[in-house]
Amino acid sequence: MSQRSRVLPGFGLSLGFTLAYVSLIVLIPLSAVFIKSLGIGWGGLWEILTSERILKSLQLSFSAALIAALVNVVFGLLLAWCLVRYTFPGKRIVDALVDLPFALPTAVAGIALTSLYAPTGWIGQYLSPLGIEVAYTPIGITLALIFIGLPFVVRTVQPVLSDIETELEEAASALGANRWQTITKIILPILFPALLTGFALAFARGVGEYGSVIFIAGNQPYKTEIAPLMIISRLEEYDYAGATTIAVVMLILSFGILFLINLVQAWASRRTGRVAQ
Amino acid sequence: MSLNTNSNALALKLQSRDATREPTWVRYSLIGVALIFFLSCLLLPLILVFVEAFKQGLAVYINALTDSDTLSAVKLTLLTAAIAVPINVVFGVAAAWAVAKFHFRGKAILTTIIDIPFSVSPVIAGLMLVLIFGAQGWMGGWLMDNDIKILYAVPAIVLATIFITVPFVARELIPLMEAQGTEEEEAAIVLGASGWQTFWRVTLPNIKWGLIYGVILCNARAMGEFGAVSVVSGHIRGQTNTLPLHVEILYNEYTFSAAFAVSSLLAFLAILTLILKTWLEVRQEQANKHQPNH
Repeated sequence: MSQRSRVLPGFGLSLGFTLAYVSLIVLIPLSAVFIKSLGIGWGGLWEILTSERILKSLQLSFSAALIAALVNVVFGLLLAWCLVRYTFPGKRIVDALVDLPFALPTAVAGIALTSLYAPTGWIGQYLSPLGIEVAYTPIGITLALIFIGLPFVVRTVQPVLSDIETELEEAASALGANRWQTITKIILPILFPALLTGFALAFARGVGEYGSVIFIAGNQPYKTEIAPLMIISRLEEYDYAGATTIAVVMLILSFGILFLINLVQAWASRRTGRVAQ
Repeated sequence: MSLNTNSNALALKLQSRDATREPTWVRYSLIGVALIFFLSCLLLPLILVFVEAFKQGLAVYINALTDSDTLSAVKLTLLTAAIAVPINVVFGVAAAWAVAKFHFRGKAILTTIIDIPFSVSPVIAGLMLVLIFGAQGWMGGWLMDNDIKILYAVPAIVLATIFITVPFVARELIPLMEAQGTEEEEAAIVLGASGWQTFWRVTLPNIKWGLIYGVILCNARAMGEFGAVSVVSGHIRGQTNTLPLHVEILYNEYTFSAAFAVSSLLAFLAILTLILKTWLEVRQEQANKHQPNH
């Protein structure tokens, strides 16, 4: 009883239940994918890695997710900035609707974006004469991923931005910095870890996203097929080994990238932590 | 030329004097760009769902919603959420109790594991279940012998949804309960309350609003999940179709008005979710204003 943290009961029960639950629901099922892939061996892996169609789909999924996450960093920061720093009519509604991609089922978002940006759609009809085709092209895929990823960036940046004390900016101003210097030298470095987290979350979500993408993608082989779709088409052919291999490649790539982002993040928060002191 | 640059420089200097604010024109252009982005990416898709749903009139809309396949999809979606959400609430509370109230080794690893479903593709979530419960899967033979159907039936749909929504409640509660600390619970225990009494009378009232917040988000995802459910459902009309899968079928059959009519139900659910969420946030802000120390 001397240990303060053990005055409360239920440690064994809650931790035991938690561990059993994540093992049953998350870890064991996920390990099924890796165990299955071990049985496939290098031959199967080689077949997947040299299939041009699958390589193209992996390339598309990762590059579209990367571009979408970068766009979201810019526009997510802009939206968060406007929501925290400015007042404008309808601000509360804009703030609430930023979470729409979390609340709206992806299939609904997918067909709505497709209809909106199809050559005959509300927005598509103005883009089409300019030679910009959005629906059924990689641009459309990226657009769907921008939609899906936006709230991740806004919602991670927003609280950090509203916590920044105006004293910092006033001090910078008093010391002779102009607004641009204050933003790039004071505010952005403070926001950097949050922006990175938002980027990582949006990217991870984008790589695996399926529902909002398949409608707008058009799903043409070698051109607009995303990696999750390739898993599904392998499954439909009862090619479990093929589906598993693509899944493992996707998992390893995205966990690897998330791990790298984590490292950068740890470095960045150490750095800004020191600056703040 | 030089006069021009000089006056420009002077103007810039005057503007930059107040370095804690942007010049008005910058402010308005930033808001403008943000609103255009907001409109084309978020607001128009939402409006479009309702416009397309009613395009062919109210009769078509009502027909699409009262169709027997739609009704059975509504039932399955409600059933799935009614199982998945409470299970993940129990898990979320237990996980948050363990993580936020106690110190133990491997805590960071545990919270990372809880977050895994956020970074795994829903399609891979479906694939996992196929590898376990499918005919060639780990349990496939045993399930077949005992005539238990999991894959391409309701149990797999529920399991896929549970996996996808694992982190929602836990993620909401862990930071909240960490911030609240353990003093109030310890006081209750010292005063002689039992563990469960402490939980029901002290902890639960404290985390009530965070819990509701997590439940709302968890429920929205549970009812809207598409990728994972799509892989394991088997797409049997009237039997294993959830609402989002029904939208896909109608859309792929080019019955767009029906697809958007069913979508409007889900969009309505999304709007309701956002209203509840905003209401909770406003409530929280006001509570914070009244109790600046809390």
